[in-house]
Amino acid sequence: MKNDFLDIGGHKFKSRFILGSGKFSLDMTRKVIENGGVEMATLAVRRANVGGMENILDYIPKGITILPNTSGARNADEAVRIAELARELGCGDFVKIEIIRDTKYLLPDNAETTKAIAKLKAKDFVILPYMMPDLSAARDMEEAGADAIMPLGAPIGSNKGLLTKDFVKILVDEIDLPIIVDAGIGKPSQACEAMELGVAAIMANTAVATANDPGTMAKSFKMTIEAGRLAYLSGLGRVLENRGEASSPLTGFLEE
Amino acid sequence: MREFTDATDYEEDMEHIDSTILKDVLKRSSEYNPDVYTNRDVKSALSKDSLDSEDFGALLSPAAVPFLEEMAHRAREETRKHFGNSVIIFTPLYASNYCTNQCVYCGFGSRNKIQRAKLTGDEIDKEMEAIASTGMQEILLLTGESRIHSGPEYIEDLVKRATEHFSIIGLEVYPLNASEYNIMQKAGADYVTVFQETYDPKVYADMHPGGRKRNYSYRFNSNERALMGGMRGVGFAPLLGLADFRKDVFTCGIHAMEIQRKYPHAEISFSLPRLRPCMNKNLVANSVTESQLLQVAMAYRLFMPYAGQTISTRERPVFRDNIVNICATKISAGVSVGVGEHSGTENGDVQFDISDPRSLEEIKNSLLANGIQPVFKDYVRV
Repeated sequence: MKNDFLDIGGHKFKSRFILGSGKFSLDMTRKVIENGGVEMATLAVRRANVGGMENILDYIPKGITILPNTSGARNADEAVRIAELARELGCGDFVKIEIIRDTKYLLPDNAETTKAIAKLKAKDFVILPYMMPDLSAARDMEEAGADAIMPLGAPIGSNKGLLTKDFVKILVDEIDLPIIVDAGIGKPSQACEAMELGVAAIMANTAVATANDPGTMAKSFKMTIEAGRLAYLSGLGRVLENRGEASSPLTGFLEE
Repeated sequence: MREFTDATDYEEDMEHIDSTILKDVLKRSSEYNPDVYTNRDVKSALSKDSLDSEDFGALLSPAAVPFLEEMAHRAREETRKHFGNSVIIFTPLYASNYCTNQCVYCGFGSRNKIQRAKLTGDEIDKEMEAIASTGMQEILLLTGESRIHSGPEYIEDLVKRATEHFSIIGLEVYPLNASEYNIMQKAGADYVTVFQETYDPKVYADMHPGGRKRNYSYRFNSNERALMGGMRGVGFAPLLGLADFRKDVFTCGIHAMEIQRKYPHAEISFSLPRLRPCMNKNLVANSVTESQLLQVAMAYRLFMPYAGQTISTRERPVFRDNIVNICATKISAGVSVGVGEHSGTENGDVQFDISDPRSLEEIKNSLLANGIQPVFKDYVRV
């Protein structure tokens, strides 16, 4: 565990809990970050109110890597412009690409996202695309220059957990980038389940924000994410699910 | 017999669009009967993750009245999931109160003897500076409905001036053609609100005896034309109290749902205006009580949990403070409904009386004390 780091584009993080902001009070931010041992927090560029009141940028403690997101973008070009704006605001080089053309379900548009990755790669961003877990799309994104892949576990805000488990596992098995589950994780046990699968990190926002005590919930996430990571690293034992081992062997007749 | 929605009723410069939404919505509206629902329908609606229009109808019905508390808990849960505890603050700016319509319920109606005013370019700048100096980032620009006094060029100029001071610009002006909405969008406008006032065609005709607003379908299709013109979002509402509010709200919800299905990227929002006393004091409101207003808001929230919801200063402070904890996601602050009141440059008469005169600072502090995060900016134009 000592040398176990989350590596995103050559940047190393000890914490595997990425905090989504924007759904809880700004004055809670510091406490949630501290309790969760968070080293990276997202920031909606559209919410940045530089020089104005209740500016989210003023609430993120120094030393925390800011992961600006392009929420509000409906196509690749808008996402690129929002990313550039984030850089101008001093948010650094990380960007989480969110391109959404549906206000009802808020599901990401994989094709436009891939286009945006290529454009942002040329501008030396560290790119984390939010996507529907689809293997071909993830390969395209890797090829285009993504530094991690962020498949959704369930629709944003749904707190439904890892509904896409089998597809996320395919990405874990086949893609060489860190796979970070983003959206849908509703409780710490679900974060643990995803970490056991081998995903590299968890992003959560609504689950923490809608808790009665977001600070304590952040702490719980930290613990279960670490527990899931340990379980993954230690190699889960073989778990027999529906099928038991047949007691009388079917191949016992073989003589050599 | 010609249908009242017939495009031949359009004035020459009114754009006719090829859309079936109006017909579909009116058909659904005519089939809605709030009195057929039972407790069972309401309970069934409340137990679902995703509600259909029948569930929406049930939650609006008298059968749902005993379930307000339960609806409030469900509504709050949905609001939190989709919006967290954020509430956006904005303020309206009334640039002109000249109007050529004769809406019988409105203080700005053309037959009302009120003091008319229209801000000049310099006055607009002063007014905007005064508002922006409070920290406000989102402005809703309003004019009376007169293409003569506040023509499209005037509105375009208004929008351009607003971009100098504000991050987010909404428009609440008379219906425009898609190409005109596109001009406004390019000038800097982000969203458009056009209230249908009432979806009941007969009451609509009675309430709008003269002016361009008489044309029901041109008004109805405004939101669609705004999206065709590139606007990011559109706002919907009946003015509660003009006709049967349950039918009007049901129809409005179906209208918004159909628009979102056709334009999935559109940001949808509802407003909750209740008829307030205006200069036409003899118009007795077909009144909607506070609890009915809350029922309406919660039904919208559960039916379309992702849609924004705006609560105006027509309501008293305690109601506004509480509804943002349940389902409203946007609140006005520091409101003046007369022309030129922010900078004291000019004084046109007001459109209606407000019940919550609190300043931006007061509203902000009250939200914070309430555990809610005030948001001044929620959009970046690129």
